[in-house]
Amino acid sequence: MTIRPKHQRLILLSLALVALMGAVLLAMWGLQDRAAYFVTPVDIAAGKAGDGRAVRLGGMVVNGSLRRNADGVTVDFIVGDGKATTPVRFRGITPDLFREGSGVVAEGRMEGDLFVADTILAKHDERYMPPQMEPMTGNMTANVQ
Amino acid sequence: MIAEAGLAALWLAAALALLQLGLAFGLGGGEGRRIATVQAVAIGQGLMSAIAFAALLALFLRSDMSVLLVASNSHSQKPWLYKFAGAWGNHEGSMLLWVTVLALAGAAVALFERRLDERTLGATLGAQAALALGFFAFLLFASNPFERLNPAPLEGRGLNPLLQDPGLAFHPPTLYLGYVGLSVAFSLAVGALITRDVGPALARAMRPWVLAAWILLTLGITAGSYWAYYELGWGGWWFWDPVENASLMPWLAATALLHSVNVLAARGGLRAWTMMLALIAFSMSMVGTFLVRSGILTSVHSFAVDPARGSFILALLTIYIGGALFLFALRIGDVKEGAPFEVVSREGGLVANNLLLSVILGIVFVGTLYPLFAEAMTGEKLSVGPPYFDSVASPLALALAAMMIIAPQLRWRRDSAPILPRLLPGVFVALAILGLTFWAAPTIGWLPRLGLAIGLGLVPASFQPLFGRSLRRTPLATYGMVIAHLGVAVAILGAASDSAFTKEKLASVRSGQTVDVGPWLVNFRSVMPVAGQNWTALEAELRASRGSGVNVLRPQSRFFSEPPTTTNEAAIESFWNGQLYAVLGERDADGRWQLRLWWKPFVTLIWLGGFLIALGGVMALAGRSWTERRQRRRLADMELYP
Repeated sequence: MTIRPKHQRLILLSLALVALMGAVLLAMWGLQDRAAYFVTPVDIAAGKAGDGRAVRLGGMVVNGSLRRNADGVTVDFIVGDGKATTPVRFRGITPDLFREGSGVVAEGRMEGDLFVADTILAKHDERYMPPQMEPMTGNMTANVQ
Repeated sequence: MIAEAGLAALWLAAALALLQLGLAFGLGGGEGRRIATVQAVAIGQGLMSAIAFAALLALFLRSDMSVLLVASNSHSQKPWLYKFAGAWGNHEGSMLLWVTVLALAGAAVALFERRLDERTLGATLGAQAALALGFFAFLLFASNPFERLNPAPLEGRGLNPLLQDPGLAFHPPTLYLGYVGLSVAFSLAVGALITRDVGPALARAMRPWVLAAWILLTLGITAGSYWAYYELGWGGWWFWDPVENASLMPWLAATALLHSVNVLAARGGLRAWTMMLALIAFSMSMVGTFLVRSGILTSVHSFAVDPARGSFILALLTIYIGGALFLFALRIGDVKEGAPFEVVSREGGLVANNLLLSVILGIVFVGTLYPLFAEAMTGEKLSVGPPYFDSVASPLALALAAMMIIAPQLRWRRDSAPILPRLLPGVFVALAILGLTFWAAPTIGWLPRLGLAIGLGLVPASFQPLFGRSLRRTPLATYGMVIAHLGVAVAILGAASDSAFTKEKLASVRSGQTVDVGPWLVNFRSVMPVAGQNWTALEAELRASRGSGVNVLRPQSRFFSEPPTTTNEAAIESFWNGQLYAVLGERDADGRWQLRLWWKPFVTLIWLGGFLIALGGVMALAGRSWTERRQRRRLADMELYP
């Protein structure tokens, strides 16, 4: 197919526009069910993290809820955000800043009523806090700083 | 005194940038004299910035605690390398480094650029000065690195232990050189749009800058990925974190630009498109800086969180990106149309490459900034993570790799000769591997499966441009392309193999116990205390065996006192066919130790691929500048001996 020079720029321009719109549409489609990647127990109670969908759960480790299992590598704890709580199970090595009463960010998915975490995010320093958790920091700052 | 001298040098550099801007855009002097003055001022500005940065380095090396920045980010007992690196391991220092590189790049353009006519060179230096001026203002008014602290403390607060790593000491400067190297492409595009001088000469002037910046970005991203892999102890190599995306976006734009600038230099085509990409590429660098430095997005990498400074950078961004796009819209009608080409041609392939790269860039951009927009619109706080990027961007990246099997085999302008025989080897290998995976590894996901097939198909295809040519007379730049494309294949194979075949074991063990992971038997011997210059650690001894020989791994749990922090030092043992990765966890009440082991087949190919991509860039850069110098010398000879 030969393209006349006059039309070439027009064709390239429309191709670029189509590509751009395609990117945005694709992104919007992708974001539709995956945007609420960060959730808190309140969101989970509201059903925002359907079974099996990978999400990042943020909140506070409820005091007195941390239990290490006999196998030595599984921990159970409850994450709360002041309004609701979610039980969490994690198999793995917990980061050093992970303790009761402290903020936590866990990646994983809901299996029934239990949040099964694949990763507990390590913080680069004790000052790190996701913006989504700001409303909770009232009772958190004492432990975090 | 050093701090005051540094601050004075910074003010002088800013004043010179202002002067440079004024001179370049028409204040005083005739044309001929003016360009020489602009060049001299640009060199002076670069020098002054370098002096300011040298002053900051000196303050850190001397541990001058009367300077606020040193006191909050350094410690006198720290190894000297980290005192040195501490200078840019913080907000103010890294911004000073950013501006210094920007000013030095402008000085280099003033010194070495000979392909452009005077007017375009002048406008380019003017644009570069305008960029520098904004960032100087940002430093001087919002982030002064030389601020004194009175009274001076006896000791500093130390550098974040995670940053105390030789690789990381040089990772930010490499990325910054890449980010800011793209500023020259931006300024060249602005200069050429102002003087309406968009053509192959401009592309040839722009190309080495784009190549150099792209090489450094590639190296920086590769090193950053490896650092995350071995330092964070999560065993992953890419997290789609906003800070990682901040470096990926300019890289994607620069990769597209690198390909389109070649079309403009060699064939005179894709003029408007190339100018657009040059503006976008550096805009992405600035967006990246904004994301990292404002701390506005959820990121585990957020080292500097300061919304006030974020809005300063946001204002700069709006002015520069908005201004450049406005200029583009005004002038693009005047840019000559490029040389025509057909759909099935090298140009056509490069357009496809550019479109795919742009779409991926768009997807990463939307995903990274969506939380910002959503919060501004609805007040809802959310974040976008790997589920989005993996499912939307990864298939497109594989489509791009599939394009790479085909496009380099096409000829310039039009390709009427039968193409099928040229495509056959790559496509055949890809399809054969795809079939083979269903038989050999039926359970793996479809992304790694396609990755293995396309990656292996790209290996023969990347060598194909060399077939049927005299290997001695093939230009070095062509070898560069071959190596870079091979690097992409290698990196894809590493990523696919890692996600398809990694074996993981998590166990709680006592000394003497043995656990297995993949083909390995790992015997947990003991845990001993050890000490380094500014840390103490508990170190485990693991003996890993596979068949005969024994490898000893020593993962650590490390404690730093300044500031008080614990880090995990993973132990990683490399073999030709993969890496064994071990992380030591906590001791439980029964005296057992948590141990996490990974066997990651061919994971090293990921970073070897990144290195090959950069090496290909270096070869192209060296080959092109050598050819150009030879041509210039031949022209000079012809003038001497007519």
